[in-house]
Amino acid sequence: MNALLHHAPVLLVAVPLLGAFAVPLVGKLGSGLRRFFVGLIALLTTAIAGYLAASFYAAGASPIVYVLGGRLSLPSGMVAPIRIMFELDGLSVFMMLITALAALAAVLYTSSFWKERSGATLKDSLMLLLIVGIFGMEMTGDLFNFFVFLEITSIAACSLVGFRVWNGRSQEAAFKVMTLYTLSGLFVLLAVGLLYGQYGGLNIAYLATMIGSGAALVDKIALGLLLTGLAMKAGAVPMHMWAPDAYGEAPGAASILLVANSQASLYGLFRVLFTLYGSAYSPQSLAWILIGLAVLTIIVGVTMALVQRDLKRLIAFGAVSQIGYMMLAVGVGFAAMTALQPSDFGFVALQGGLFHMINDAACIGLLFLAAGIVIRRAGTRDLQGMGGIAHDLKWTTAFFMLGAFALAGMPPLNGFASKLMIYESTFRLSPVLAIVAILASILLLAVFLRAFQAAFLGPRTEPTDVMRPVPISMLVSMGLLALVVVAFGLFPGFFVDRIVTPAAQALWSGRDAYIQAVMSGMGG
Amino acid sequence: MTLGQVPFVVSALLVVIGLYALLFKRNLIKMVIGVSIIETGVNLFLVTVGYRAGGQAPIYTYSDPTTLRVLPTPQALTLTSIVIGLATTALLLSFVVFIHRHYQTLDAEKIKELKG
Amino acid sequence: MTGITTGFGAWNPIAWLLLFLGVVAGALFLRRFGNKQYKKNTGQTKVFLSGNEEPEASALHVRGAHLYWGFVDGLSAYYRRVRALHTGLLSDYVALFVGTLGVVLIVLVLSR
Repeated sequence: MNALLHHAPVLLVAVPLLGAFAVPLVGKLGSGLRRFFVGLIALLTTAIAGYLAASFYAAGASPIVYVLGGRLSLPSGMVAPIRIMFELDGLSVFMMLITALAALAAVLYTSSFWKERSGATLKDSLMLLLIVGIFGMEMTGDLFNFFVFLEITSIAACSLVGFRVWNGRSQEAAFKVMTLYTLSGLFVLLAVGLLYGQYGGLNIAYLATMIGSGAALVDKIALGLLLTGLAMKAGAVPMHMWAPDAYGEAPGAASILLVANSQASLYGLFRVLFTLYGSAYSPQSLAWILIGLAVLTIIVGVTMALVQRDLKRLIAFGAVSQIGYMMLAVGVGFAAMTALQPSDFGFVALQGGLFHMINDAACIGLLFLAAGIVIRRAGTRDLQGMGGIAHDLKWTTAFFMLGAFALAGMPPLNGFASKLMIYESTFRLSPVLAIVAILASILLLAVFLRAFQAAFLGPRTEPTDVMRPVPISMLVSMGLLALVVVAFGLFPGFFVDRIVTPAAQALWSGRDAYIQAVMSGMGG
Repeated sequence: MTLGQVPFVVSALLVVIGLYALLFKRNLIKMVIGVSIIETGVNLFLVTVGYRAGGQAPIYTYSDPTTLRVLPTPQALTLTSIVIGLATTALLLSFVVFIHRHYQTLDAEKIKELKG
Repeated sequence: MTGITTGFGAWNPIAWLLLFLGVVAGALFLRRFGNKQYKKNTGQTKVFLSGNEEPEASALHVRGAHLYWGFVDGLSAYYRRVRALHTGLLSDYVALFVGTLGVVLIVLVLSR
């Protein structure tokens, strides 16, 4: 194993972290250089992620452990490992790919958006910090580090939401989101403290072996705190109220990173449910909590999207409903896995749910990025005052339509492939769930048809020269996401086999491998 | 209730007091104070979890090698969490300053432009 | 390799695309039998609105808030309740959060 590959996990955090704090320095030398530098950092991060993923899959998708720190030898002869670690299994690498995609698209998009605005340097710093936090959450093998990275994402995300200090609404959104994020972070920290007090460790794999002997009351309380806190940060109804505020008020490029952030919280939830507790404590009631939250999320998200007049809030509620699909699929997978006789449809559900995460990141990202251009062009976010964008912005129109169709699950785009897997597996647990999912999907198409009709069709309204022509970097950024939408739509089998199945495997049967990868080398 | 359990009860009380402030106070500054109190409660809990009766601080250069020493992990966690708490509190307060600048009020009931 | 199987059904986008192209070709083929004898730029090609003049396009555009008015009105009882939940008041959001935590904890503690 070569040195670059060996150190890739820590580089993935270190490169954007150094970049984030170097941006203000580079920014002093000129805005062109700064934009080049940020783009370079994003490209480098994506390249490292891609290289790490390629070699991970080539090596048979067995967990990678990267240890920071070493061994403490006391004079009394006691030897204790003092270390923190990154641990990557199929699910972490899959999430890492989603984040890399979102990060690249966001940085590309933003490089021209903010050319003329003040504070662009800080915005670049914050975006890179948010990327650091998301990568860290997805890779860490240590529960306390998970909390630290969670707080890094919270602070960076809320600063991005409240970035436009000249706008009162964005301050309001940022304050609400920050309070809720902090609260959820504190609940997670309380759970970490409970688990530490009970078992004297913070390593996820170590804690998983300790809980393996059956769940005590403390374990249940910790699980409840972790589940609620992370579900809140993922935006599950009825704790989703922050999501439309945050997505809606954040700048266009930040919205896609916020979606990646929500998905990272969802990753944390899955990690806790499947790896930390997993077979040790998995009552059916837990699966039904997840499914219940998911059904609520789907219904409320999509119906609230239907009545929004603010374009970004409309897309934001759509994003909330998609989180519901992922939770529904994984909840069904959890129910099937923990049933007395595990059934295979659970595995398909997990595949569908995870596949939907990357599809959702691409489609919602495309919609948010296109909406950013539309709002600049129209000069308003109110759908009532828009119209006729399609006359001038051909590519943006095409990208918005592609994203909307894919998200609503129109064949042959990617959203259909993942939603089909979700429908046909949830159907086997309970037909009602599949019916709800399908109806909500149809309603989602109606939601986006309304947005499309109002914003893009109709006669021109007050034609201006803003955003005309659309900067190339924005088109490239949206083109990247559109390419993912089409490629994942036309060749779903190819991608499901290569990247989604290892991730689903990590949830379905990877708990022992995850624990073994750490515990076998405990002495060193 | 033994003396050793008192800190746990106090940390639970602090969390409850903080939640009370968040739920029933309408002044944004008071809500931030509520968040801060919850933070203190959780930190107190972490420190309490790390307490071992008869243990010594793990500064082992000049100390007697045979005494019991405490693993300093919870203290490290608490320090980290205090630093993070400082950052979040500062950020929250700066948002409050800007909210006051735009809305001319700190009443949460009046800062409801984002709803529905 | 391009398709996926769900254990219940299967999905192959390439096959779907071929079928779709086939259907489009069929539709275009049928279209060739249409009548080409109509007179352009006369009353034959105009929109017929009970004999009234066709309004300007700008007057016909349905604005964003008006689409689906009927659907939303039909579900107004539901929407009144759900929109009332999105108060915009931070305390309410915290209350929902803590309430959900309470429900989850109760369910977990009561289950095996």
